[in-house]
Amino acid sequence: MHPLSVVELEQRLDQVLELDLVRLSPEQAAQALAPFSREQQERALHWSQIAAQAHVQIGQQISIHAALALPLMSDEVMGRWVYHALDLYDRKGLFPAIEAVKSVERYAAEAEARARGVGFDETVGMLSHFLQGLSGRHLQIEEGESLWTDSEKVFLPSFVGHFEQRDDNFQLYKAQLVTLWAENWYGTWRLVQGEPVQTRISQWLSVRADKVRDLAFLQRLELIRIDVVLKRVFPGIFRQRNRLLQMVGTPLIPSGWEYAVAALSDLQASLETSLLWLDRLDGEAPARLCYQEIWQIEAVDSAARARSEKERGSFQYLLWKMADELQLTEQEQQQAKFEWHQKENGEQQESVAEVELLLEDQPVAPPEIMNALTRSIIQDFGELPPEYLHPVGDAQFDPERLARNAQDVWGGTYHEEGAFLYDEWDGSRLNYRKGWAVLREMEAKLGDGNFVEESIHKYQRLVGHLRKSFEALRSADLLLKRQENGDSLDVDAVVDAMADHQQGQEMSDRLYLQNRRYNRSIAVMLMVDMSGSTKGWINDAERESLVLLCEALEALDDRYAIYGFSGWTRKRCEVFPIKRFTEPYNETVKQKIAGIESQDYTRMGVAIRHLTALLNGAEARTRLLITLSDGKPDDSDDYKGEYAIEDTRMALLEARRTGVHPFCITIDQEGQEYLSHMYGPAGYTVVDAVEKLPFKVADIYRRLTL
Amino acid sequence: MNQQVSKQQIEEIWIEEEPYYEAVGEEIVLFESAYNNKLPLLLKGPTGCGKTRFMEHMAWRLKRPLITVSCHDDLTASDLVGRYLIVGGETRWIDGPLARAVRSGGICYLDEIVEARKDTMVVIHPLADDRRVLPMEKVGEQLQAAPEFSMVVSYNPGYQSVLKELKQSTRQRFVAIEFNYPSADLEKRIIVRETGVDAQSAQNLVKFAEMTRNLKGSGLDEGASTRLLVHAAKLMVSGISPITACSAGIGQALTDDPDMVAAVQELSAALF
Repeated sequence: MHPLSVVELEQRLDQVLELDLVRLSPEQAAQALAPFSREQQERALHWSQIAAQAHVQIGQQISIHAALALPLMSDEVMGRWVYHALDLYDRKGLFPAIEAVKSVERYAAEAEARARGVGFDETVGMLSHFLQGLSGRHLQIEEGESLWTDSEKVFLPSFVGHFEQRDDNFQLYKAQLVTLWAENWYGTWRLVQGEPVQTRISQWLSVRADKVRDLAFLQRLELIRIDVVLKRVFPGIFRQRNRLLQMVGTPLIPSGWEYAVAALSDLQASLETSLLWLDRLDGEAPARLCYQEIWQIEAVDSAARARSEKERGSFQYLLWKMADELQLTEQEQQQAKFEWHQKENGEQQESVAEVELLLEDQPVAPPEIMNALTRSIIQDFGELPPEYLHPVGDAQFDPERLARNAQDVWGGTYHEEGAFLYDEWDGSRLNYRKGWAVLREMEAKLGDGNFVEESIHKYQRLVGHLRKSFEALRSADLLLKRQENGDSLDVDAVVDAMADHQQGQEMSDRLYLQNRRYNRSIAVMLMVDMSGSTKGWINDAERESLVLLCEALEALDDRYAIYGFSGWTRKRCEVFPIKRFTEPYNETVKQKIAGIESQDYTRMGVAIRHLTALLNGAEARTRLLITLSDGKPDDSDDYKGEYAIEDTRMALLEARRTGVHPFCITIDQEGQEYLSHMYGPAGYTVVDAVEKLPFKVADIYRRLTL
Repeated sequence: MNQQVSKQQIEEIWIEEEPYYEAVGEEIVLFESAYNNKLPLLLKGPTGCGKTRFMEHMAWRLKRPLITVSCHDDLTASDLVGRYLIVGGETRWIDGPLARAVRSGGICYLDEIVEARKDTMVVIHPLADDRRVLPMEKVGEQLQAAPEFSMVVSYNPGYQSVLKELKQSTRQRFVAIEFNYPSADLEKRIIVRETGVDAQSAQNLVKFAEMTRNLKGSGLDEGASTRLLVHAAKLMVSGISPITACSAGIGQALTDDPDMVAAVQELSAALF
């Protein structure tokens, strides 16, 4: 095959990137790619197209930079480079993604090191368990440009490839994480009270002249202090860190620091010891150690400020609640004097002491939630500051804030507070788009309650029939005969066995009756398509089906919930609870069924993921997810065709993996084509006429759960 | 089916030697006074914190036979009370373990009571209040408990399943004692005493257990129990290296998740 010319390349690029729609020119890329072989050109086009499916600008940048990448990277590395950029796009947005594309040369240079190095993605799961096991305030591990912490999150570089051996790289990665944890736990980031609350280090630093020199010295002193403690408490970690330093060839202790080290080795040594010794040392500033982080004092300050404000509020509120539970009068509460003292705990040397709360010299037992809070406060201040010990009532504090954990709110670009974020499967990338779809539970509208009565009247005979056939499904006691074990003897079996025995034949040992309670134990989630295409009589048929099904289900003990779903782009996916699992079938539910109306589009994957999660919260042995739909999954953005079907299929696979049985009832006559791909050959039913839907749905349900 | 269920066997389960038990709180005194007042007991606590050992110790202390029934989800009332078996062409009634304990005045310990089927609970109700009788419907008998009889049930409130919750009508018949993992010092003493491992290793094991308990709820269902620490210490005493002992005796026993196993391994490597 001959290589494509510039003009041909321009055409192809236009085609795969759909550049003309966004007024970007393929010219630059086409020029750059023209000198390459056809095979290389095709590779560049292939990856550009994949990237363009996420965002056309990323695709265009890939096509431009492919010329740089092709000589430097194998196809595999190139794929990683593209996915790296797409991952960044999903998590952080367009700009960082394009930056990542542009730094193609750096990526290629690091690619080799990456092969023997240890990366963030492969280790984060294990390291976050490790970190949590170590104790102290929960630290969130995130991927960052460099190694640093803000005292709530720890940022690790995306990979470490410093050493030849993979295991050494892993030990280095772990040692870096341990440094961040230890600084938080062993009091490097101690806070001081004041307006505003700040770290002891920044308070001290504000009066220093040579800040650069002082920080370099202080950081090394702190690392020495931490390693001394680690040697005592975690000898294994200390050994590993020491070995790394020897491999790199930088000693932990610079010459001439012996006296300082002796002071730091004291059991009582703290940040203050380091600050004290700093001025007594001279010489050159020590070089960076391989596991040393880059201090971001301002970031720690601002995180600590926000945290201490929140924690103080929570703590004072909890004290108030405790006083309230002790039934003190208002005045007593105002004067309630809380104190604390350190618990004696034998030989255990911990940086954060266990404390006991006292009220009027009597120890009081704080609730569980308070223990973690107390430890976090002591981790910050080394004590419970006296300002914290005054109870403050709920008038001044919103306990909701307690429940909301900072890490629950997505830290990315979108700040979708209170919404659920779900990954979406991108079939062409064979990868998830992380936190892609934003879903909210909306209040369902109330409709005309008469609708239900009218429907029941309309299908009077059917309702009666359904009830009867559903009642036949109810749980019942089952008497199992001829069992090996059981509550009482099965006389028939005994007589037979005796007869056999008399005849000299072998006696059966199945002589018992067993009482088995046959328990249906089914939970069903009905997922109702509320997309715009259901407008009119499809919607009526859906609502009537729901009414009939509810009437029939009331004859059974099955737990059921009904949720409508609709959406408009990934940012506005919505589900409407018509009936939750915990709600009884009452007037409000009837009105909500009547109030179901067609909305926007059908973004199915995210709805399936959300409703599966809800379904898994229901206690039952069998869980069914039934979708009532009128067509393919489809949304106004790129959620169409194959992409939409693959995502829906993946969402259903995820559901199946958790033990949910999905089933689809549709009126789309062309449904066979895609439904068997999504739901499996036995996982769907096509109802051939809309007006038959009400007759069919309840019956299908009955047959499904027989 | 083994028709030779010997009637004597169970009544003969006397505990001759003092089982080692370290009291964490007032549980021994509480148990004794509940026993003297003929009150049934409910032991709550996570797995491996010493409930069964405590029962053995109390049976030894009170000099009563101990009849333990481990409950499972197929355990029926007949399994406890008794049933007719065919012996030599005739049916013969054979007492179940509970009936035997009631007759002989033993201590009947129903371990993990929530695992048993719901209808099983009902037969223990009349035994667990001041009537102290065991109705035996099939033989038409009401068995009055001997004065020394006592019933103890245990359950682990850590299982957060609605299905495995003890009903109020059941739980409100018992004197309840809560068990938890012993304090660090005590746990260390227990490990040393049970296994003969050196004090430093025992202390490291306790610290290690604490680290795994930090992981409870975020990856682990339960932290390492005292029982697992004893296992690891025993392995260490027989010459297995501490990291291997922790991995085989504790880490692998706690979870199958490879990330978690690796993390637990790293935690033990941090200490030893």
